[in-house]
Amino acid sequence: MTYAPRDWRAHPPLIAPDYKSTRLRGATKPLIPIKQSLSELTGPVFGQESVGELDNDLTKNGRKDGAPLGERIVVCGTVVDEAGRPQPNMLVEVWQANAAGRYIHTVDQHDAPLDPNFFGGGRCVTDDQGNYRFYSIKPGAYPWGNHPNAWRPNHIHFSLFGPSLCTRLVTQMYFPGDPLLDLDPIFLGTPEAARDRLVSQFDLSLTEPEFALGYRFDIVLRGPGETPMETGR
Amino acid sequence: MSKGQTPSQTVGPYFAYGLTPEQYSYPALASIASANLRSPDVAGQPIRIEGRVLDGNGDVVNDAMIEIWQADPQGRYAHPADARGGNIGFKGFGRCGTGTDAENRFVFDTVKPGAVGDRGGDDQAPHITVIVFMRGLLSHLYTRIYFADEAEANAKDPVLQSVPAERRGTLIAALKEPGRDEAGGVPVYRFDIHMQGDAETVFFDV
Repeated sequence: MTYAPRDWRAHPPLIAPDYKSTRLRGATKPLIPIKQSLSELTGPVFGQESVGELDNDLTKNGRKDGAPLGERIVVCGTVVDEAGRPQPNMLVEVWQANAAGRYIHTVDQHDAPLDPNFFGGGRCVTDDQGNYRFYSIKPGAYPWGNHPNAWRPNHIHFSLFGPSLCTRLVTQMYFPGDPLLDLDPIFLGTPEAARDRLVSQFDLSLTEPEFALGYRFDIVLRGPGETPMETGR
Repeated sequence: MSKGQTPSQTVGPYFAYGLTPEQYSYPALASIASANLRSPDVAGQPIRIEGRVLDGNGDVVNDAMIEIWQADPQGRYAHPADARGGNIGFKGFGRCGTGTDAENRFVFDTVKPGAVGDRGGDDQAPHITVIVFMRGLLSHLYTRIYFADEAEANAKDPVLQSVPAERRGTLIAALKEPGRDEAGGVPVYRFDIHMQGDAETVFFDV
């Protein structure tokens, strides 16, 4: 099979001037179309064997001497393709700031505390129905240097391969009702009609009593390409 | 019912501990991939590929993540869609951030891929697919590495030939002068990725 093209009505442009870093880093010449070949229709295969025991529980995989601070959350969703078909056994990699809005990455110099018991990176694999689930702490907002008084909304970074190189996706999950969304040049760099696909939904049915708030974030990967038209002979 | 593709967002500046933890020395998480694709049971020509990512000012990008995907030396992919199978022990996937090398290069140790035949013949010259991510790039970009010492195969490659002649050179990795020993005597190819400017690398809408 081949894959439907990247839908540029959904994906952000390469240059979004309000997000300053794009000005010098986004490609400026038109992308050259490529006929999908075996090189694009294949891709790395990662399954359950690539996930360690605590990888899907960010409340535990960074512990030194206690539990991390913050609001415990459980994030669940279904990975499907554009035809609605569940994508089983797919790797989902995630990383995020801690509850105070600080990343463990050494480059992050934001004056907010690190949490000695929170690492912020993990991964999981979708089950045979395409469902994934991981536990974490709700990430905090943090300032960044894009413009005066710029703050990133709360978000979790996601990375997925899907079944081929065509379906590769790196994205960010946001939280419902965040007032920073309407001020964020990265979120606003996304075509308006598709922005709500990046916002998770609070879901009481996923919420675990006495334990963790549930958020649902479904992910749609590129689906099958159209059947090639028969050409006359 | 389809809701449409989930939009891409930038990988941001802080991917390293989540996606390349071992390379950046974050011990809490194991890496799923590294910049060394070789494995003891794969024969073939060992090669090194190194390069930098340059922004529109010509400044070296120190927070990009580069992924590569390639066939084995017989041109076979480790994936069920490659019906020939037989690719054993060579996964063909590598991942490298540009933040740990002193010159902010990405450096992959791999083996040279074989020509990739889609329809029974060897209709694509040896090549490696590259995916580029970085802060300031909202949607990832695809490009390809071809090899300067495969001129005959390159001249027949349908993808290279679809690129305007004056831009083809941006896809061809040059073989570095021999004599430098840093790669243990294996051939070293140089492939810089220019995001903008006259030498802007060709990126594909895959």
